[in-house]
Amino acid sequence: MNLIILAWSYLKSRPLTTVLNVVLLALGTGVITLLILFGNQLEEKITANAKGVDLVVGAKGSPMQLILCSVFHIDFPTGNINLKEAERIARHPLVKKAIPMALGDSYRGFRIVGTRRDYAELYAAELAEGKWWEQHLEVAIGATVARQLGLKLGDEFVSAHGLAEDGHDHEAHHYKVVGIVKPGGTVLDNLILTNVQSIWLAHDLEVGPAGNAAPSNLVPGHLAGDSSREVTSLLVQYRNPLAVIQLPRFINQQSSMQAAAPAYETARLFSILGVGADVLRGFALVLILVSGLSIFLVLYNSMKERRYDLAIMRSMGAGRGKLFTAVVLEGTFLTALGTVSGLALGHAVVWIFAATVPQAAASGIQGGVWYVAETWVLGGSLVLGVICSLVPALQAYKTDIHTVLAGN
Amino acid sequence: MIRVKDTSYQYAGGTRMVFPDFHIPKGKHGVLLGESGSGKTTLLHLIGGLLRGHEGRIEVNGVDLASLTEHGLDQYRGRHFGFIFQKNHLIASLTVEQNLLAAPFFAELPQQEEQVDALLAELGLEGKRHARVQELSHGQAQRVAIARALINKSALILADEPTSALDDRNCDKVIRLLMEATTSHGATLVVATHDQRLKSVLPVAVQLEAHT
Ligand SMILES: Nc1ncnc2c1ncn2[C@@H]1O[C@H](COP(=O)(O)OP(=O)(O)OP(=O)(O)O)[C@@H](O)[C@H]1O
Ligand SMILES: [Mg+2]
Repeated sequence: MNLIILAWSYLKSRPLTTVLNVVLLALGTGVITLLILFGNQLEEKITANAKGVDLVVGAKGSPMQLILCSVFHIDFPTGNINLKEAERIARHPLVKKAIPMALGDSYRGFRIVGTRRDYAELYAAELAEGKWWEQHLEVAIGATVARQLGLKLGDEFVSAHGLAEDGHDHEAHHYKVVGIVKPGGTVLDNLILTNVQSIWLAHDLEVGPAGNAAPSNLVPGHLAGDSSREVTSLLVQYRNPLAVIQLPRFINQQSSMQAAAPAYETARLFSILGVGADVLRGFALVLILVSGLSIFLVLYNSMKERRYDLAIMRSMGAGRGKLFTAVVLEGTFLTALGTVSGLALGHAVVWIFAATVPQAAASGIQGGVWYVAETWVLGGSLVLGVICSLVPALQAYKTDIHTVLAGN
Repeated sequence: MIRVKDTSYQYAGGTRMVFPDFHIPKGKHGVLLGESGSGKTTLLHLIGGLLRGHEGRIEVNGVDLASLTEHGLDQYRGRHFGFIFQKNHLIASLTVEQNLLAAPFFAELPQQEEQVDALLAELGLEGKRHARVQELSHGQAQRVAIARALINKSALILADEPTSALDDRNCDKVIRLLMEATTSHGATLVVATHDQRLKSVLPVAVQLEAHT
């Protein structure tokens, strides 16, 4: 016999209320856990994907769309920009590096990106097998692409126009897999990378060697100043902090293009998502508070039923402190049970979500990670348990043995 | 064993109850008799350390109860007294065994399974070790309560109206059981009751006067 057995026996003696309280608390903490897991992982993914990109330059339109499309590869392009104009931006003294992106084609739902190798270097990507592309129409594919489509080195495929699975095919040109990228938890895992010219080829545009003309600073091997060619966007790194203010203004005012900063747009995205998250969090907190109140009421009421038990325990030598502890232990037990179930529930939901929804799997969200904030949820709920049991525990503490036992 | 001298007690707002001087020697079972309201329960609780604040002197085993601190009294109560009430007051959420082991646990004494075995056998409760309290008959529950009072090898068993609700046959059975069990454990039994049937059964009788 000990206080834990005792507290547990009381919880077991009223299974319905115990289960109700546990469920209530589990729902509340489960939602909080869910928000922590999604919020943190989303933020991690977004920061990881936006890393090294200070500015995105593309066709005019929604800046958010431009970022979503060029950095996160989820939205559609805002349009294309002229290669000659893009080269002008890349030559700007405030630009340290500009990486071209030619988007718009896909293969079985995975996006084909015409770019340069330093795009992969942004994410410090390494090859698991094969080599990076060298010739036109050679591709290096992301780890998820390789796994889900079962593509191997040497496999060939034709791309489809558009980003959905059912776009019409560019049958004339066959892409060839020459490299498979190691999984890195970034967008690269879901992309098919090649050079810019391959995209042009797929659209039956001529690509020629630069010949004697000066080569393009954006598309190696193509002649500079070709205003008949287009790319979708440029990923730009600033040369110095001055660029933060000057470059976007210069581009937005002095060209037919727009510039959008991932940092700003993602912050905006978070504040939009944040409203929904706040509503959910508020709802979860209400659930937790209600369950706290319910635990308090259950304990408070059971103290009345338990007055003989308490008096008998004291007659057997239990000090007031021990009865106090026993009740606090019971409340803490209950909240611990609810919170641990809630944490498990949250992780399970994310895990199931990641296992069943392809987009979630593609984004790399996992159920098996633990965040410090969850420790706070656990700690906070235990404190709640203690607080809710304080008043009932005080009742137990104050049990007057004589009055209770004389009243029979 | 118990020595009561010049003792009185007054409830807040009540009249002062004066108790007769008496002595119950070790091994001599005693009974506190008196009409309803004469203060039997009050005196029994004073002796058992369930109630404090009396005038005069109550000595148990040579210890003046008034000299103990609250914590000291808790410990003393747990180790030297076993209590039996008219209702059994077993802890319903616990099994029979857990109810018995609660006594040494709260008295901070070692919890010995063998004692549980021995007591259950002695009181004819062998099969009920893991039974829930609700599954016991009234008589069985009372025997568990007796076992619980005895398990700490307390020197003194205090019983408040253990027989009042019982018919003659059962009254006799219960009081004999109580006396046998306490005797075999070397304890002294003190019963507080208005039940005159017990007067002739217990060797020492203390009559309390009615207070008005
Ligand atoms: N907690 C209390 N506060 C005030 N007065 C009390 C309290 N408990 C008992 N009394 C009074 O003290 C007197 C003695 O009560 P006690 O319970 O000791 O009597 P008793 O002899 O055990 O009676 P009964 O045979 O009915 O159990 C009674 O007059 C009672 O009203
Ligand atoms: Mg009484």
